[in-house]
Amino acid sequence: MSIEVSIPTPLRNLTNNQDTVQVSGNNISEVIEQLDVQYPGIKERLADEQGNLRRFVNIYVNGEDVRFMQDKATAVKDGDEVSIVPAVAGG
Amino acid sequence: MSEPYFSSLKCRECGRLYPKKAVHVCEYDFGPLEADYDYERIKSVLTRALIQSREKSMWRYRELLPIDGEPTVGLQVGFTPLVKADRLAKALGVKEIYVKNDTVNYPTLSFKDRVVSVALSRAKELGLKTVACASTGNLANSVAANAAAAGLDSYVLIPADLEQSKVLNSLVYGTKVIGIHGAYDQVNRLCSEIAGKYGWGFVNVNLRPYYAEGSKSMGFEIMEQLGWEIPTHTVVCMASGSLLTKIYKAYHEFIKIGLVPESKFTVHGAQATGCNPISLARKSGTDLIKPQPKPNTIANPWPSALRRTDIMRCGPWSRRVAGRRMRRMRRSLRASSCWPRRRVFLPRQRAV
Repeated sequence: MSIEVSIPTPLRNLTNNQDTVQVSGNNISEVIEQLDVQYPGIKERLADEQGNLRRFVNIYVNGEDVRFMQDKATAVKDGDEVSIVPAVAGG
Repeated sequence: MSEPYFSSLKCRECGRLYPKKAVHVCEYDFGPLEADYDYERIKSVLTRALIQSREKSMWRYRELLPIDGEPTVGLQVGFTPLVKADRLAKALGVKEIYVKNDTVNYPTLSFKDRVVSVALSRAKELGLKTVACASTGNLANSVAANAAAAGLDSYVLIPADLEQSKVLNSLVYGTKVIGIHGAYDQVNRLCSEIAGKYGWGFVNVNLRPYYAEGSKSMGFEIMEQLGWEIPTHTVVCMASGSLLTKIYKAYHEFIKIGLVPESKFTVHGAQATGCNPISLARKSGTDLIKPQPKPNTIANPWPSALRRTDIMRCGPWSRRVAGRRMRRMRRSLRASSCWPRRRVFLPRQRAV
């Protein structure tokens, strides 16, 4: 099972400057856990002590914001694209 | 200016400090970065007399804007009229009302010239050669015009279905317009993902800590033009929320450095019915703001994807304005010789 995760610039120092990485998992929580196994330290940047997404972290699955789906429990499957994006502000 | 009055960028979430580069979020919690000023030093040099001795532009408050040296872009921007609208006040049944008319801003007739001037002045200090933005029109025009004047290469990314008249306004300045199939939120997200990839300065992404501060100049001007006082009520169109929060910040900064007396004030946000995600979130008691992908309003706002911003700290609060009421207010403003493109102020006491 392979999911492509886009890594934003502020986190690339943890992923050896890779802007996309491959991980496995059945939902966003598992994807984050797996990311942390491969790139230690990344989980605490994305989630608080309870495992909830930090308030300025956006995660999209195939372009859809997980906060409007099942948040960290949002399911993912093989071939899905997950994007981690800092909160965007308007023009 | 010999020594800059802002020393670093500071995370609004955790307070970590960052060098003054083209970065906009904290590496640890993604909190937004904001210019960190030495207010004690500013207080010791910035006086009403000094401000009044300077050119009538937004740069007369330069110590409170995040650049290292003298401004180099948009030197004529700002100090737009604050119009006392007596007939409008009478029509609305209020004592005193003023309209800040930023439709005469130079060079592109919108408040975006303020933020872009600061962003591009800082971009030049950082040695950037190319600037860019995500926009639905006004910001694109301002980036295109000011970049051309500054000798910078520019790109503007817009929703592909944007009105042709808006696209043309940007094209005349020689910018490169890139149409993206998607709504503004998606264009903005794309810019956020590619910012930093090409070494460009995206004014509303990686230059945002500098860009956003430009909005404070409207608040500074309002206080000076009212005779160095803060209006009791200020009504600001919400748009992305940035203008509202920065006017609020401007009032607090002038209090902090002693340029205006402390007083009770409220900053209100207004959104048009049909595109009022922030107002709806407030009413439902949540700080999770749900974007409205298909706005339905005569206003032309941005279907906000903002999340849990400082807006919530600005006080009571956001109101929605129906299209019919908006048309009626526009007629009232025309009758008062005030025709703001972006702001309608509806106070009860002295207000802007």
